[in-house]
Amino acid sequence: MRKINDLEMRGITKSFHGFYANKDINLKISSGEVLGLLGENGAGKTTLMNILYGLYRPDAGEIIINGEDARIKNPKDSMRAGIGMIHQHFMLVQNHTVAENIALGLDDVPFFFPDNYIRKKISGFSQRFDMKIDPDKKIWELSAGEQQRVEILKALFLEADLLIMDEPTSVLTPQESKDLFGIIRKMADDGHSIILISHKLDEIMEICSRVAVIRKGITVGGADIGDVDKKELARMMVGRDVDLRFDKVPLERGERVLEVKELFVNGDRGNTAVNGLSFSVYRNEVFGIAGVSGNGQRELVEAITGLRRSSSGEIILEDDAITNKSARVVNTRGITHVPEERIKFGIVPNLFIYENAILKKHHSKPFSRLMFLDYDLIKNHTENIVERYNISTPSINVPIKSLSGGNIQKLIIGREIESKPALLVASHPTYGLDIGATEYIRRQILARREEGGGVLLVSEDLEELFEICDRIAVIFKGEFMGILKAGDADIKDIGLMMTGSLKLPVQEAE
Amino acid sequence: MLRIDISPRENEKPLISNLILAASLLAGLAAIGVVFLAKGVNPFFAIYKIFSGSFGSMYGFKETVTKSIPLILIAAGLTIAYRGKFWNIGAESQLLAGAAAATWIALTWAASLPAWAAILLMFTGGFIAGALWGIVPAILRVRFGINEVISTLMLNYVGAEFIKMLVIGPWKGKTQFGFPYTDDFPETAQLALLGNSRIHFVTLIIALAVSALVYVLLFRTRFGYEVRVIGENQEAARYAGIDFYRTTIIIMIISGGLAGLAGVGEVAGLHHHLTYPESISSGYGFTAIIVAWLSRLNPVTAIFSGLFFAGILVGGDAIQISLNLPAATVNIFNGIILVFLIMGEFFQKNSVTIKLQGAKWNR
Repeated sequence: MRKINDLEMRGITKSFHGFYANKDINLKISSGEVLGLLGENGAGKTTLMNILYGLYRPDAGEIIINGEDARIKNPKDSMRAGIGMIHQHFMLVQNHTVAENIALGLDDVPFFFPDNYIRKKISGFSQRFDMKIDPDKKIWELSAGEQQRVEILKALFLEADLLIMDEPTSVLTPQESKDLFGIIRKMADDGHSIILISHKLDEIMEICSRVAVIRKGITVGGADIGDVDKKELARMMVGRDVDLRFDKVPLERGERVLEVKELFVNGDRGNTAVNGLSFSVYRNEVFGIAGVSGNGQRELVEAITGLRRSSSGEIILEDDAITNKSARVVNTRGITHVPEERIKFGIVPNLFIYENAILKKHHSKPFSRLMFLDYDLIKNHTENIVERYNISTPSINVPIKSLSGGNIQKLIIGREIESKPALLVASHPTYGLDIGATEYIRRQILARREEGGGVLLVSEDLEELFEICDRIAVIFKGEFMGILKAGDADIKDIGLMMTGSLKLPVQEAE
Repeated sequence: MLRIDISPRENEKPLISNLILAASLLAGLAAIGVVFLAKGVNPFFAIYKIFSGSFGSMYGFKETVTKSIPLILIAAGLTIAYRGKFWNIGAESQLLAGAAAATWIALTWAASLPAWAAILLMFTGGFIAGALWGIVPAILRVRFGINEVISTLMLNYVGAEFIKMLVIGPWKGKTQFGFPYTDDFPETAQLALLGNSRIHFVTLIIALAVSALVYVLLFRTRFGYEVRVIGENQEAARYAGIDFYRTTIIIMIISGGLAGLAGVGEVAGLHHHLTYPESISSGYGFTAIIVAWLSRLNPVTAIFSGLFFAGILVGGDAIQISLNLPAATVNIFNGIILVFLIMGEFFQKNSVTIKLQGAKWNR
């Protein structure tokens, strides 16, 4: 029996510290629908879904299921009501098998032969929704896509009729995303309803039947997917017209800035993470590296930026060998770095904005003279960055942790570009950012290219790579599966290369 | 049913954090009151006695200033260490290292030197000895990843036993009638006192100057910046090319060295010989941890929290005599205050709301 035929959230309001995260939001979803919940970071999507899932209680408003007030006070209530949530970060025990992970959340596993019961149910769901999964595999053996399927199964075991998925494709390859959409469609056909939180317009257009757009805590629009286009959705989400296409100035690439020769780098566990890579990056060029994370990108970037030693091979910046030089030396020679985990590496959350604006440059002139830091100059410099890079902050005298993710990233980009580096290394620079900030940061990277810098861009976002790169290399298990010109590259090929199913003879695409 | 919501405070307002600080001190005093009650002493009277003993009379106040000298010096060094998240709790033995070095210099060379040279040499030697003793756990940490809390704490015992061995063994004074003292320092190695107090003002001036210098070092120099970056986010420090090894070693040179200076002040200013560790330092190395913490790791405010805790030490002596309480009372006092300060820290970082909800009968 179906628990949820239709669900309505009415007048949901929730404030934190006097600031409305959700204000009078209405949302409706019926059985068989896929509803896209679209909004920038910080727009209130996650708050709203956490309310539906019972993690927060709204200040006002109600949740009505099948015409009755649902009284959801905690996640247990919402599960009982038939609501399941697939979080962005999976909540699985790595050393347990798929079946064990599923059994963990269940109350009604029979005392005898629990295994049989779970296996039978898993295979039932697998057939129904065309979801391939091996119940005896340990979680750590599974790809991100398969782990996500385990999360979906967990929700199905709890008889969830409404599934909330928080940015489900952010960890998936294009092929895995496609499989996921297949599963979502089958579930919708079966009468489940799905709420998909996303800020990727393409996804929403592809899979959803309806879309609701939230901006700054209020519903700004809702429509059947057939009645809107991407441009309109982007405008609703950001509140102004957004250019989704970049007019990349065609540029002849300049001289070589970076040459990597036969580079081998070990990962944290002593494994060979970068397996003999050779490539070059030129001035006036954005060289992209595509790939599912964990295929050696991090180690490659760390080796180039002086954060990790390589085991063999050479890294040459212009004419200087910088192999295994320290991060400070590499930085002084002209490589700057927008790190992958911006909060963990790129900033010091409790220090003031102006103190963060000189990280890495703090030791050299003009900021540091003799032993002392010139705070007047530093503050001036910071004001400049804040102004030039559109960072919205009440003042530069606040700890940087009080800024939003997008503004933090703008500060990092500004800091790293201001010194006009020969090579800018950017890892996932727009990951998790909203469309406005993303657009801005991509423009800055392109501006650097036009000014004559070389850019090495590591990203999982294929759309991003296609838009701003001149050449794209696809990395898989520490090796390049091919280097393509962005203009002639086919997204399908890149998808196949990302999973290692296609390898082109790697010659430098000259 | 009680429901407790804990959420991190987005920005800490100074007013709120000071109120919380005051509240945690008061709560600490209340808890200490319970201890006094258990001993059958009126807690208000005991706490009154403590503060009137230390701040209520000229004699008491002079004693308070005297005892604040080592606290201020050590706390200044600890603020640097703790800003860099190097949990040095070995200041007690770094102080002893300084005292021992000063003693050695005083007894070997001071007699043939003018006073200024002897004193300068003793302070220099004391700083170096404290720094060397402090470098040991720093090296263990950066080279071998050994937790500095354990190593600095354990080195306290090593240091204390070593001093004991010296004063009952090779350094035992020939003129001390068999007491476990070294010989008394020559006049040139003794610090002048202020008036009829026990305030060795040279060390006091050093302590105040050091506090100001450490403040400048922390908040105005490149080194201080690097220390704070390391302390707040070690990964970001690595990313920024900050040398963790070098900075940690320098942190401990300063932190240990300043504790060493405090040790010089104690032997050259008050005792004039080396003796049992517990006589040289009444737990200054530990109390200074609380001093640094109460100052919220600001070496200038640490001057005041140093005075406050010196007052508690002096007042503790007063109630020992007048109320016939055991000597450990002061330690209990300090320990409880520290625990409450740390609990207060939690409330400064997080806002906690408690809601009373009706009991739920139906499932």
